[in-house]
Amino acid sequence: MASLTELANPARFMRLSNVLLPWLSGAAAVLLAVGFYLVWFVAPSDYQQGETIKIMYIHVPAAWLALMFYSMMTLSALGVLVWRHPLADVAQQAAAPIGACFALICLLTGSFWGKPMWGTYWVWDARLTSMLVLFLIYLGLIALRRAIDEPSRAGRAVAILTLVGCVNIPIIKFSVDWWSTLHQPASVLRLGGPTIHPSMLWPLVITAVGFTLLALALHCAAMQAEILRRRVRTLTIFEAERLDRLSLQAAQ
Amino acid sequence: MTDLLGPHAGFILAAYLAAAVILGGLATAILLDRRAQRRALAALEERGVGRRGGSAP
Repeated sequence: MASLTELANPARFMRLSNVLLPWLSGAAAVLLAVGFYLVWFVAPSDYQQGETIKIMYIHVPAAWLALMFYSMMTLSALGVLVWRHPLADVAQQAAAPIGACFALICLLTGSFWGKPMWGTYWVWDARLTSMLVLFLIYLGLIALRRAIDEPSRAGRAVAILTLVGCVNIPIIKFSVDWWSTLHQPASVLRLGGPTIHPSMLWPLVITAVGFTLLALALHCAAMQAEILRRRVRTLTIFEAERLDRLSLQAAQ
Repeated sequence: MTDLLGPHAGFILAAYLAAAVILGGLATAILLDRRAQRRALAALEERGVGRRGGSAP
């Protein structure tokens, strides 16, 4: 545990992330370029859905990342509540807007895919509704954080709400199995293996890994910004206290 | 481009545009925020504000 705490030291994180960020960003750019080249110029169109299958290559990674970031936030929430580690709170705070953006991308691209294939932009079925709930939870967590001035109290409140909200993650994943939905069941992450043809699976895997590295790079940069903001806040308070003392001394 | 994408080209392009705008906005916001915090910290440190030392005279 001591070594884990040492690894999660904010100063050490800043040093490590400064080294890691260019590599993460570069690898993400290369994978996304290769992935979208395959999507637009190599992968075939679907025999039923035609060219709209191209939406899958952003819709599916966005859905995975919205779930992955919430799962990461759940682990961070445990770090905040159990070990009271400040970097866990920073990680949780930085992850919320990124997860919210991927949830929004998933919802919007799903709507643009649904209209030509299902005849409607939206239907209140279990998968779509539970994904919308995830997006609203993300917004709620961001709003709760902003509503409380004191950072450590805000962190604990957000951590508790994050743990409550994590019940939605298995609901999203298994909604297509538990209820009769318009949304298709899992076709990649399933027990019997993927049901997608390799000519579509590989571009999907490459774009998904590219989006994941991009999201992790953004998370690192957002964590750096948050660590710097907390340092600025602390120093500003020290400075205000020093000026208060000086003005008191001058008055005496 | 729209001829190549078939009758649903508008939906495909709208999906890609939405993703690009959201991710571009997110990346811009994060990088601008980090730059602003770096500048704020540099300004404080330039004034000599520190945990123990206080301001430089």
